[in-house]
Amino acid sequence: MTPEPVLRKTPLFEAHRARGARMTAFAGWQMPLHYGSQIEEHHAVRRAAGVFDVSHMCAVDVTGAASRAGLRRLFANDVAKLVIAGKSLYSCMLNDEGGMLDDLVATWLGGERYRLVLNSATAERDLAWMRERAPEARFEPRRDLALLALQGPAARETLWRARPAWRAATEALSRFFAAELDGGVFVSRTGYTGEDGFEIALPAAEAPALWNDLIEAGAAPCGLAARDTLRLEAGLILYGEDADERVTPYEAAVGWTVDLADPARDFIGRAALEGRPRTRQLLGLRVLERAVPRSHMKVRTAHGQGEVTSGTFSPTLGVPIALARLPAAAAPREEASIEVRGKWLAARIARLPFVRFGKEVT
Amino acid sequence: MNVPENLRYTATHEWVREEGDMLVVGITDPAQEMLGDLVFVGDVQVGRRVGAGEVAAVVESVKAAADVYAPTAGEIVAFNEELGSKPELINRGPYEAWIFKLKPAQPPQGLLDAAAYRAAVEAKKEAP
Repeated sequence: MTPEPVLRKTPLFEAHRARGARMTAFAGWQMPLHYGSQIEEHHAVRRAAGVFDVSHMCAVDVTGAASRAGLRRLFANDVAKLVIAGKSLYSCMLNDEGGMLDDLVATWLGGERYRLVLNSATAERDLAWMRERAPEARFEPRRDLALLALQGPAARETLWRARPAWRAATEALSRFFAAELDGGVFVSRTGYTGEDGFEIALPAAEAPALWNDLIEAGAAPCGLAARDTLRLEAGLILYGEDADERVTPYEAAVGWTVDLADPARDFIGRAALEGRPRTRQLLGLRVLERAVPRSHMKVRTAHGQGEVTSGTFSPTLGVPIALARLPAAAAPREEASIEVRGKWLAARIARLPFVRFGKEVT
Repeated sequence: MNVPENLRYTATHEWVREEGDMLVVGITDPAQEMLGDLVFVGDVQVGRRVGAGEVAAVVESVKAAADVYAPTAGEIVAFNEELGSKPELINRGPYEAWIFKLKPAQPPQGLLDAAAYRAAVEAKKEAP
């Protein structure tokens, strides 16, 4: 038996304990799962505002005279389209076979400076890969920072109540833009819930005060469980569940991020991606009976078999939903069935997202 | 951990209360706590005969599905229909929100009292 690895703690660990969080191990970190009811936390984000500790994710600063050229080779989306400083872009990073190594957000900070946010489980592997394949750029992981996500229709007002001094700089932010504030604070108008909101990186020592002030200002503390139901309703993939190295962006509902516009840009995985037949796609699934779909459950469609990559009960819609990898010919609104504990239950294929800005997408 | 003295328990986290010649069965507070928010309660077939330890109901949370076992052999005589539309009642009050009633064919064997069940839950928490 191998000894259990020591789980890392975020700068907010004590704050979570003080609020009675149920903690769970996630990607080597001790993270809050919920603070009592994950469904109530979910509704808080859809209806008002919620705050998440996402400090397990890894911010990375990219610098060096050729960082742009390096990132244009490393990422399937093209950082050259970031022409206004502060603009962010979502991208996949591929291996030579076109399989997904990670999905990430990159922000151009001006000049040759970029800020990346990587998934926690893949961060170390990503860093090794980027350093090997783009040696002309410098990659500095910022484990000195804490990361908070403040999400929901009332997120902006909540932030300004808690930090009035930040209002001017953050009020001006359009979606998918970020601003550097005084004191090493970095605020971006991004998220992983399908709602408006901010993601905030700040020095670890200042995180507990901001966390408590945001809750005091009306944000509900939310755990990873609500984060998962929110992102699933929003049709946003979770790396490791809905995508991995054996899957291309086209098979993970993120083909729209692959930028082939510049024929001279030979990003890693491009050749393989362009030569590979597209046999599978990721679509939504609504289960029409009373059971929650779980990853790896089998799905039957008129075009052949597929499988659930992640599933849950949608608190907003009140029905079970899933993301499923299905044959390329499958289409939204078609009937399907899903195997749950030995029984085939009725389901319907759905387009993504299920929910956007608090409302059902039909 | 809320484990009332006046009930009896199984090692699989059911609580059992005698009501006339019937056994009323639900899941315990530690069980609902482990499962988190419940979204479905069902698969109870009134009139079905079950053996001791056989699956009599299924509860499902956002996180996981769990079987609920018959504490002894007998006939399922009632299902708490209210849970069909309000599974969250189990989270709010696990000892009020009974799931099914069983007419036992024989008295249940080996049920735990509150202290023994509490000890069993603690032992499981400490196990690696």
